[in-house]
Amino acid sequence: MEPQPTTAQPRVRIQTEDFDLSTEVAALHAADTRVGAVCAFVGLVREWAPTLVAGAPALPPEGALASLGRPGAGSEAPTPVADAPAFMELEHYPGMTERAIEAMIEQAQRRFEIYGARVLHRVGRLGLGEQIVLVAVTAAHRGQAFAACEFLMDYLKTQAPFWKKEHSAAGARWVDARASDDAALAKWGIEADNAA
Amino acid sequence: MHTIQIRFFAALREALGTTELPLCTAAATVADLRDELIARGGAHAEALARGRAVRAALNQAMVPESAALKDGDEVAFFPPVTGG
Repeated sequence: MEPQPTTAQPRVRIQTEDFDLSTEVAALHAADTRVGAVCAFVGLVREWAPTLVAGAPALPPEGALASLGRPGAGSEAPTPVADAPAFMELEHYPGMTERAIEAMIEQAQRRFEIYGARVLHRVGRLGLGEQIVLVAVTAAHRGQAFAACEFLMDYLKTQAPFWKKEHSAAGARWVDARASDDAALAKWGIEADNAA
Repeated sequence: MHTIQIRFFAALREALGTTELPLCTAAATVADLRDELIARGGAHAEALARGRAVRAALNQAMVPESAALKDGDEVAFFPPVTGG
């Protein structure tokens, strides 16, 4: 009989709380001495490009600029309207999210020689620099662990029902899906038309 | 006629001001259901308009709009996903 990792936690978790990489990785390979490689990816909330620059008022997202007020007509040096990133808000589809990610892990287990996998994704309000997502995979050797980890991340980007909204002083806007994420999944032979 | 539970997420949820909408309908497919909502006009017509990027799930799995509906199904409409 193959040793079964004793995992107190389900392998797919959607939560508002932060996570600890070391704890998750340790739990993933605990009691499974077949594991010779662990590959873990952590995604963070990074600073996004400003949409408004000083002295050049751009179209406000959803009329948000109105609440900021404008410099008076006589103002020589207009106050810069910086769209300083403030925080990110993540929404998901409870139920479907877990099912979708479970199905991705099952597919990863069919494609790669891996032993275990764990996916954590945070939702709710997240500040700059905070951890958003963890994908960790165990295998006997590094090649399969690297590949499965990248596969799961590429899959998650285009097929898991999460939506990001950026909040800043200038307002809030939903993040656009990117065609490059569809292309990333295509390299595994899976056609995605999420951003199309 | 069958009863379908419709759910909206993210920008669609905001545009429609609704998270859930139970609907008694004759729509045979997800595409028919979307068209029926568009026919309501107003915010529905705008948010779900053909040409807009709208994705659909049937009973919590992504589907093409050709997917057939039956009584008790849950259908969700949402924008392209942006997690990770």
